[in-house]
Amino acid sequence: MEIGLLLQYLVAGLTYGTIYAVVGVGFNIIYNTTGIINFAQGEFVMLGGMTAVTLHGFLPLPLAIAGAVLLTMVAGVLVELLFIRWLVRPTVLRMIIITIGVSILIREAALVGWGESVRALPYFTGDEVTALSLGGVHVSPQVLWSLATCLFIVAALWVFFQRTALGRQMRACAVNREAAALCGVPVRNLVTLSFALSAGIGALAGCVVSPITYTAYNVGGGLAIKGFTVAILGGLGNSAAAVAAGFVVGILEAFSVSLLPAAYKDAVSVAVLLAILFARPSGLFGSSERARLESRA
Amino acid sequence: MSALLEVSSLSKRFGGVQAVQSVSFQVRQGTVKALIGPNGAGKTTLFNLVSGVVHPDAGEVRYRGAAIQGRPTHQVAGLGISRTFQQIRLFSGMTALENVMVGRHPRSRAGFMAGLLHLPRTWEEERTIEAKAREALEFMGIADLAGAEATSLSYGQQRAVELARALAAEPELLLLDEPAAGLNMRETVELAKLVGRLKARGLTVLLVEHDMGLVMSVSDEVVVLSYGQKIADAPPRAVQRDPEVIRIYLGEEEPP
Amino acid sequence: MRSRWARVAAFLAVVALVQLGAAAAGKAFYLTQLTMAAYYTLVAVGLSVLMGYAGQISLGHAAFFAIGGYASGVLTTLDLGGRRAAPPVAVLEHLGLLALRPDPGGGELLGVHPWAAAAVALALAALVALAIGLPVLRLKGHYLAMATLGFGTIVSSVLIGTAALGAADGVSGVPPLPLLGGLAVGGGREARLVNYWLAWGLVALALLLLMNLVESRVGRALRAIHGAEDAAGSMGVDVARLKLATFVLSAVLAAAGGVLLTHYNAGIGPSEAGSLKSVRYVAIVAVGGMGSLWGTVATSAVLTFLSLRGVFGTFDDAVFGAVLVAVMLLSPEGILRLDALGALRALAARRGGGAVAP
Repeated sequence: MEIGLLLQYLVAGLTYGTIYAVVGVGFNIIYNTTGIINFAQGEFVMLGGMTAVTLHGFLPLPLAIAGAVLLTMVAGVLVELLFIRWLVRPTVLRMIIITIGVSILIREAALVGWGESVRALPYFTGDEVTALSLGGVHVSPQVLWSLATCLFIVAALWVFFQRTALGRQMRACAVNREAAALCGVPVRNLVTLSFALSAGIGALAGCVVSPITYTAYNVGGGLAIKGFTVAILGGLGNSAAAVAAGFVVGILEAFSVSLLPAAYKDAVSVAVLLAILFARPSGLFGSSERARLESRA
Repeated sequence: MSALLEVSSLSKRFGGVQAVQSVSFQVRQGTVKALIGPNGAGKTTLFNLVSGVVHPDAGEVRYRGAAIQGRPTHQVAGLGISRTFQQIRLFSGMTALENVMVGRHPRSRAGFMAGLLHLPRTWEEERTIEAKAREALEFMGIADLAGAEATSLSYGQQRAVELARALAAEPELLLLDEPAAGLNMRETVELAKLVGRLKARGLTVLLVEHDMGLVMSVSDEVVVLSYGQKIADAPPRAVQRDPEVIRIYLGEEEPP
Repeated sequence: MRSRWARVAAFLAVVALVQLGAAAAGKAFYLTQLTMAAYYTLVAVGLSVLMGYAGQISLGHAAFFAIGGYASGVLTTLDLGGRRAAPPVAVLEHLGLLALRPDPGGGELLGVHPWAAAAVALALAALVALAIGLPVLRLKGHYLAMATLGFGTIVSSVLIGTAALGAADGVSGVPPLPLLGGLAVGGGREARLVNYWLAWGLVALALLLLMNLVESRVGRALRAIHGAEDAAGSMGVDVARLKLATFVLSAVLAAAGGVLLTHYNAGIGPSEAGSLKSVRYVAIVAVGGMGSLWGTVATSAVLTFLSLRGVFGTFDDAVFGAVLVAVMLLSPEGILRLDALGALRALAARRGGGAVAP
């Protein structure tokens, strides 16, 4: 394969990898605080992009994006309050099914609200033909915006979890909920916060990538599965690995187009998921002890 | 009398805790052996190692001379070893009789296709399974509870159903995990008589217990565990007098 | 055994009543949707046994339905006439595995005989179920859910994206499946009544087999697994193997539903494999009561019929999604121990301030 084509695939992979990485991180935030695998994660990305497009109809772009992120965070909080908060010791399985159901409801509501049409935000700088020339490859500046946003999200989250009191409390929850509660950590509120956070970063990612990938009412489901693949690939709960895994999946998917018909592209990441579940359910970076314990309990 | 069950240098570690450390003992056929020790001594872990629920890090468990450690639980059950559980684990949503009929599983054969098609060769087997199950309930004195939903019975009755379930497979070795837990004095006395009847039938019994009265009255030999190690293995009277055993239960004597 | 036959007889009586009622109300055309609902119900009852007895969730059962339908659809619509002389085709024809069907443009086409195709379809579904179940069933419950969800997505993507399988249009022109005595699954409006009875008769047969299973030694073992899995193992039940066998059985039942519906509708499309369909089946089983065969049949018949008649309009998927969420939220301990009606009763009792009955 000639180097130009290789780099094109790489760039495409990095672009999509951004979303997958962020969805994967979002999965982990909620999983770490609650043990729940939240399938509605993909819908947050969709809501972010779609809301921003609507708001952009009467607001300047930066405000539209900020508004979309805020509104999606509200949606995340609502989901938690309505469907998660009052359940007593739910099993992982039950929560997976409930969140799948919730994602369907959100998706159908989006269909009613926005119809079937595909939408996109305008490019942040320039337009769809603007391209920077990097090493012989034409890269849209939007790709750089995406990567920068992803970096920003990861850095901001790092600062939050490592340096703020609230973040430390959330990490305590992740390690041992009961102990954290006994120490006075407001676990229930932190659960709500984790949903708000995941929704927010998902929405932001959805906004920044939408000029390239477009968005529509039904993109959430596919994103959820891919995000879940990413989270599992890195080992559930391991956010740093999720970022790496996100880009791995994005790149694998992009390169698969050179081998398989394009229509199968979506199936590639799922095939990766199945391979992981079959061979090493604890993920590439998780420990097999954990998986063994999970299978016993 | 030969050793029906032989445990050699069995060890198991859970994370940072050495639950069982190089424990060895034998259970001779037709005898009753008790495993005692303070809480956390490793008794239930040892039980789980023998019945296949947990796999050892080192050591062997031999049943009739064949190594059975590491084998899946259903295989161990199929060899003639039945067990009860510390916390009652009856099958919810099934009657007492059905629970006990499941206990007969290792001694019956009808498979998936035979079940789907209700083949004639299963009819005889079903009758046998039900008959043997009712026999077990009779032996435990609760034949009249056959049709009751198992988990709705009283604690003592549930214990009896669990025991009937373990007996339905006509095992050679019976593992009883704290069979007297939660029983009152009268029920415990009944339990002791029951163990005697089982022994008279030729069963070999290994039991974990805290109730010393029961242990002393039914056991032929007693193994004492402390912090995962065996510190005594002798007939009950001798164990009662063993200073090491007294020490771990009652602590050091205060200097005057 | 007598009560089993009695229940089936009562069921068939209801089937007859519904048919007569529809005819009397002048809505004989309802029979078409009712017939389709029967074939979807085959999927639901198989899933009900898997969820209610083996305690496993499959979020990809629609994929098995589609595998069955597509396999038989594609094989029976092959056009092998031009290659009759070639060895493999000649051998198959000699063995009686091929069949002729009328060509809409005149003449006849040579494809695989519907029975051979159906056998291949069911075998394929069983193999795929084995391939998925073997590695995954030994892991915790939600791993099977995820694996089946992923599997369903892959099948869906492949079906939509493969031109040879009709891509987004699916397979059409599928001939009827001939049964004994000149009866067949498929055919036009004249055969509507016959097909209605064939469909629900097949459902009755499936129910009979499943009732047999539930009352048998294996059925008890399955219920034991559901009741207390660890204890079941200690009673000699090979849990992993039974779960796998149940998974395969439910997959084959789903595939059978797909085969039959494809012959009835003379075709099938890729949307049948999607996760939205899979969620529907789970919702139906959850409402009908896991492991309650009759509850599942009733729920499936009603909800599927209403959906097919378009009663839910554009909110079709949303309705099933909402149903699933509601049922899951109300379930007191978790999905696999739910008795929907009982939970509603308990909820009502609590609201009324009265003590909840044990």
